[in-house]
Amino acid sequence: MAARIPRVPVREQDPKVRATNFEEVCYGYDEKEAMLEATRCLHCKNPRCVAACPVNVSIPEFIAAVAAGDFKEASSVISRDSSLPAVCGRVCPQETQCEGSCILGVKSEPVAIGKLERFVADWTLQQGETSVVRTPSNGHKVAVIGSGPSGLACAADLARLGYEVTIFEALHKAGGVLEYGIPEFRLPKERIVSAEIERVKSLGVRIETDVVVGRTVTIDSLMEKEGFSAVFIGSGAGLPRFMNIPGENLNGVFSANEFLTRNNLMKAYRHDYRTPVYTGRKVVVVGGGNVAMDAARTALRLGAETSIVYRRTEKELPARREEVHHAKEEGITFMMLSNPVEILGDEKGWVKGIRCIRMELGEPDESGRRSPVPVPGSEFEIEADSVIMALGTSPNPLISKTTSGLETNRRGCIVADADGVTSRPGVFAGGDAVTGAATVILAMGAGRKAAAAIDSYIKGLEKIHNE
Amino acid sequence: MFEVISKEMLSPAICRMKVYAPRLAASAMPGQFLIVIPEDHGERIPLTISDYDRDAGTVTIVTQRIGVSTGEICSLEEGDRFSDVVGPLGQPSDFVEKTAGDLAGERYIFIAGGVGTAPVYPQVKYLHSLGVPVDVIVGAKTSGLLIYKEEMKSVCDNLYICTDDGSEGFHGMVTGLLEKLVMEEGRRYTRAVAIGPMIMMKFASLTARRLGIPITVSLNTLMVDGTGMCGACRVTVGGKTRFACVEGPEFDGYEVDFDEAMRRQGMYRTQEHEAEEEYEHECKIGRTR
Repeated sequence: MAARIPRVPVREQDPKVRATNFEEVCYGYDEKEAMLEATRCLHCKNPRCVAACPVNVSIPEFIAAVAAGDFKEASSVISRDSSLPAVCGRVCPQETQCEGSCILGVKSEPVAIGKLERFVADWTLQQGETSVVRTPSNGHKVAVIGSGPSGLACAADLARLGYEVTIFEALHKAGGVLEYGIPEFRLPKERIVSAEIERVKSLGVRIETDVVVGRTVTIDSLMEKEGFSAVFIGSGAGLPRFMNIPGENLNGVFSANEFLTRNNLMKAYRHDYRTPVYTGRKVVVVGGGNVAMDAARTALRLGAETSIVYRRTEKELPARREEVHHAKEEGITFMMLSNPVEILGDEKGWVKGIRCIRMELGEPDESGRRSPVPVPGSEFEIEADSVIMALGTSPNPLISKTTSGLETNRRGCIVADADGVTSRPGVFAGGDAVTGAATVILAMGAGRKAAAAIDSYIKGLEKIHNE
Repeated sequence: MFEVISKEMLSPAICRMKVYAPRLAASAMPGQFLIVIPEDHGERIPLTISDYDRDAGTVTIVTQRIGVSTGEICSLEEGDRFSDVVGPLGQPSDFVEKTAGDLAGERYIFIAGGVGTAPVYPQVKYLHSLGVPVDVIVGAKTSGLLIYKEEMKSVCDNLYICTDDGSEGFHGMVTGLLEKLVMEEGRRYTRAVAIGPMIMMKFASLTARRLGIPITVSLNTLMVDGTGMCGACRVTVGGKTRFACVEGPEFDGYEVDFDEAMRRQGMYRTQEHEAEEEYEHECKIGRTR
């Protein structure tokens, strides 16, 4: 066997430069780089990468097409299983999914599946308007709540099957977490998110923004008064958690959701928008997930000296490895095994520091992770004029509280099976609203499964009706 | 969507608009609020709902020009459109769930300050339609800033006016007037509702407590989304952190930590000031051209 070439490195913006702008960090592969990287795939007989992908994209098949320079074919292979490849190629945790199971990874580096997916998706978007064939209407209306990854995926599939789909979005712009949560430097809004949304709209999907389901309308009214035969709830997990420690309501303490929404959706970092944002000179971000990295890297770009405080060690950081690596490159300080116990304020009620306690790892908990325990008497103080809490989010209860017969669990998540079937007939759910905060790809997969379930539900109704 | 159907100036700085938003108008209830974005690239501005007409599909908002964003609202004319209007948000007033029977024996006193007078109107109107006795105190700095006098008269039992400078009605604050009504004129109230500037609601709550009247206040906190996502609106009520946007905006006035609420409300004051200067500057440049 010929000597294998190493993984083709992907070009990125210089860390020093990108720490001061909001342009995308990674430039992605060009055609030559992509074709070269694609030759590295071994085309395993039993491809573990496909099994490890939550939506089972035919990875070796699309990679073979890339290697052959047939990007159009590669694109159609991916789109059989993924509705948002340009997004997933950027934000999927590939290292724990497809790439994490790549056989090449055992001895060297796995095939850059994510970067290849991104290349194919971007190439497709660049080709511009491909002639979309709209499926003629089958006369049934379906409502989709939320225009994030699960809602978009569900709506696109249903539209292809001929359903008249309306997406109801609470915010003024479609995209959900892709728009308000993930920053521009990881996921460009105009070039990628809007383009993907336009593609879904071109299938005939209507998007009605500024509709808060549970307030402006209810699921009951959509089904009883507006003639929707079925509803898919893809409302995500948007409720921020706080620590409930003293000082958390001081001026200068924000949820990561607020800080990121002001910057991403409301574009506070741009001078042509009126949105105010307070960043401070020294920012402490509490948490270790992707949202914590996003908030820290946003604060850094707005000019703050930024550190991340996390109660476990680097090994347990739930954030993607690439995000942690990028954050470090850009100059973010990591303070591990530290947990805030109090936020300290000045006489005017603004943050001036944060008191933490050292932690050590104890016995593994039920999730298998060693749980952190405080070291008595090890409190210490850090100076800070802004604190951003990135401790995770939970589903918004607005919908479950206003929908009759919809079961939720202890954590406020909607109870649904693998096909998105809930306790209420005709109402389906998927994504973070069901699982709690997870990933774009899982949400997208759930949306697609629910679309299939909605199709058979409505066909079943029709059958009963005709008999 | 979101067309300005009518606009009138209630005072040189306060405008009232009817905006076409049929879904919102169909579900709005007293006590709720909405969020507007006057123009693309603008802020999301929470405003209380001053009235709604389900048949016409309109909601009424009253805005006082105090900064850039409220200035943008007030500069919209009939036929112009808001970029976005979303709502209704928050919980309706607690009496909305009650019947006329439940409310028998209640005597309400509403305490309205400045533009806060506008959202008091639908509440008074609602209670009045159920036959509940309602008195209203409307306060303003000066006579020219008093709004909704005629409208209020038509839906309440007694309207009491006060101005800080004594140019109309009782010379003094709403709290002084409330105290006078109860202590000197022997008026009895079973419940008070205060809507207006945070400082007014703070002192109205202190006075109501002294007089032994339970009081509800409507908090106009900072907000981004208004649906519970950001937590900018968090307030301490009874020692617990609550989100004004989804759990409020109305809370028990005895329990609210007003000092914290006022401090949090001023979080972006410097930036608002800068935006104001920039806006004024742009306007001036605009004029010289």
